[in-house]
Amino acid sequence: MAPHGTSSTGLQATLRRKPLSALARREVLSGLAFLSPWIFGFLVFTLLPMAASLVFSVTNYNPIHPEELEFVGLANYARMFTDPFMRQAWGVTLRFVLISVPLSIAFPLALAVLVNSERLFAKNLYRTLFYLPTMIPIVVNVIIWGGIMNSTTGWLNQAIEFLFGVQGPRWYQDPVWVIPALTIMGFWGVGNTMVIMLAGLQNVPTELYDASKVDGASASQRFLQVTLPMISPVIFYNLMLAVIGSFQYFVQAYIIGNGRGDPNGATMFYNLYLYRIAFNFLDMGYGATLAWAMFVVVLILTIILWKSQRRWVYYAGGE
Amino acid sequence: MRAQAPARSRPAPVWSLRRRMRNFTATATVTLFALVVLLIFLAPLAYMTLTAVKTQKQVQDPYSQFLPGSPATFNYQGKDYPLLNVPLDDGLQEWALVKPGREASDFIDPANPGAGLIHWEGRWRVLDPVYTFDASLENFPTAWNQIRLDRLFRNTLIIAVLGTIGTLLSSIVVAYGFARFRIPGINVLFLILIATIILPRQVTLIPTYIFFRAIGWGGTWLPLIIPHFFANAYNVFLLRQYFRSIPRDLDEAAMIDGASPFRTLVSIILPQSIPALTAVGLFHFFFAWNDFFEPLVYLQGHEELYTLSIGMTQFANIFNTQPGLATAAAMMALALPVIMFFLAQRAFMQGIVITGVEK
Repeated sequence: MAPHGTSSTGLQATLRRKPLSALARREVLSGLAFLSPWIFGFLVFTLLPMAASLVFSVTNYNPIHPEELEFVGLANYARMFTDPFMRQAWGVTLRFVLISVPLSIAFPLALAVLVNSERLFAKNLYRTLFYLPTMIPIVVNVIIWGGIMNSTTGWLNQAIEFLFGVQGPRWYQDPVWVIPALTIMGFWGVGNTMVIMLAGLQNVPTELYDASKVDGASASQRFLQVTLPMISPVIFYNLMLAVIGSFQYFVQAYIIGNGRGDPNGATMFYNLYLYRIAFNFLDMGYGATLAWAMFVVVLILTIILWKSQRRWVYYAGGE
Repeated sequence: MRAQAPARSRPAPVWSLRRRMRNFTATATVTLFALVVLLIFLAPLAYMTLTAVKTQKQVQDPYSQFLPGSPATFNYQGKDYPLLNVPLDDGLQEWALVKPGREASDFIDPANPGAGLIHWEGRWRVLDPVYTFDASLENFPTAWNQIRLDRLFRNTLIIAVLGTIGTLLSSIVVAYGFARFRIPGINVLFLILIATIILPRQVTLIPTYIFFRAIGWGGTWLPLIIPHFFANAYNVFLLRQYFRSIPRDLDEAAMIDGASPFRTLVSIILPQSIPALTAVGLFHFFFAWNDFFEPLVYLQGHEELYTLSIGMTQFANIFNTQPGLATAAAMMALALPVIMFFLAQRAFMQGIVITGVEK
């Protein structure tokens, strides 16, 4: 980010030079006026609820019986560690994260390389059409893929049988296959990542490719040693979004599993469990605890990822 | 990079036929490969379309066809008889079955009905029926009425349009504040704004829900609309980047002429920011069209207020029994966002690039 406004030393200097000039003060006031919708919204819809959520997590609040409200200390937190459903929910979520995050980087990257190829005819048409399914509402997505992955009449299993001569799995009904099914379904949402990766690819200076060609690098060497390092900031950004997003996975699992984690708890994602605790069982104290636990885990992961940047993300213009 | 690249052996600009052929082959190969990938990628859309124009009977037909088709019949002496593929010495013949029998049956040849009944030895039950292409649009009105798509569309549109107006108004104002004003500590505020992007919304969900219920907004659209009048980190970020790329000369000139900051925003900045504004508007519109979690939480039990995404879930559940209806509803639900995307894709994709690359 470019330095903007007063730098921190400038700020101290301004503070020491006691009164701001009338003009500068007017600028501050009108600037704050412009920021006020966000400041108000941040306080009312983010900061206060976060604090309130922390308070709820040490109570047994249930909106049906508000009169029974009690302070329960850390009981909700202790319950989290002994809750057998909790282990299952983390298991499902982590399995999904491990399967789908790498693919949700690799697949759009491959598509971006493809639609960036100078050998591709009608590039823009391909870009638009590969982006298209991202526009499709998720519920519709689930409906269509439900047809494609129908165990007997779906095209996917028919293709598997045609190509390999074996019966395909019962995607939505089999606890083992429902997570891969959700991952495949996720391929239809790669448009944003693809467009960002594409922009990253286009920003790689062509001189680098020319120079490496002169040095006799093969196409795959050029990709691994020029392209990948040069677009690593873009990969990093998308990786962050993918990790945060897949920890909060909810809608597809809710629809496929009828909101109950069908089949057999295999789609009981963490977020779905939280939703059930808070809005089906109305155990909002424990729900708030689960929400905070999720927040802490995502925060820690974000920090680890952020720190890991030093090892693998290359910023051409310095940090 | 090395300081001095060795003298390059630039290819002479002689376009030999061989070279041109090689380029052509490479282009054809890559394009063809991309086409195959694209066709597989979009195959579900074809599946959806084909299923949507099949009647329930066609879907349940044990000989169910790839294309929507119905068993063909032939009218002979005032009655319809089914057409079957009869294997003869000179290939398959499409004959109408008039008098079925266990081991031998009587057929009529539609090409030559005057020849009368033809006796054929063999079991007619093992013969394949003849199908003719027979698409039907009846699923569309049925689906429309069955889940009250008109109501779902209206509800979703109202929520999406009001929310889009709210997020545009507030994000413009806030982004302008971040882009153009020297305020002590503004960088810290901006960092806080960006940090809210990674905040899982579940952390604020329960208290916000209780708060909205307490002020009587449970079972209304207000919780889905009003919060968007207080700016959103993504949109502010995108607009701020865009505003900062606009040279300051013009707005400084306007200020000197005595224009207020608000006036400057409206008459100088906004007219130059149409692409970014379009992108933000579309982002929010699609978000609202798609949003599932919040309508689920706030509208639960108020069916007359449902949005498209939660109204459609009941169709996800009937899929196995009535795929024709479900896919017809799916097609109608995706039509509007897809058309909007095609109309405004340039501004839209530019917006994605700004949020994703220009950090």
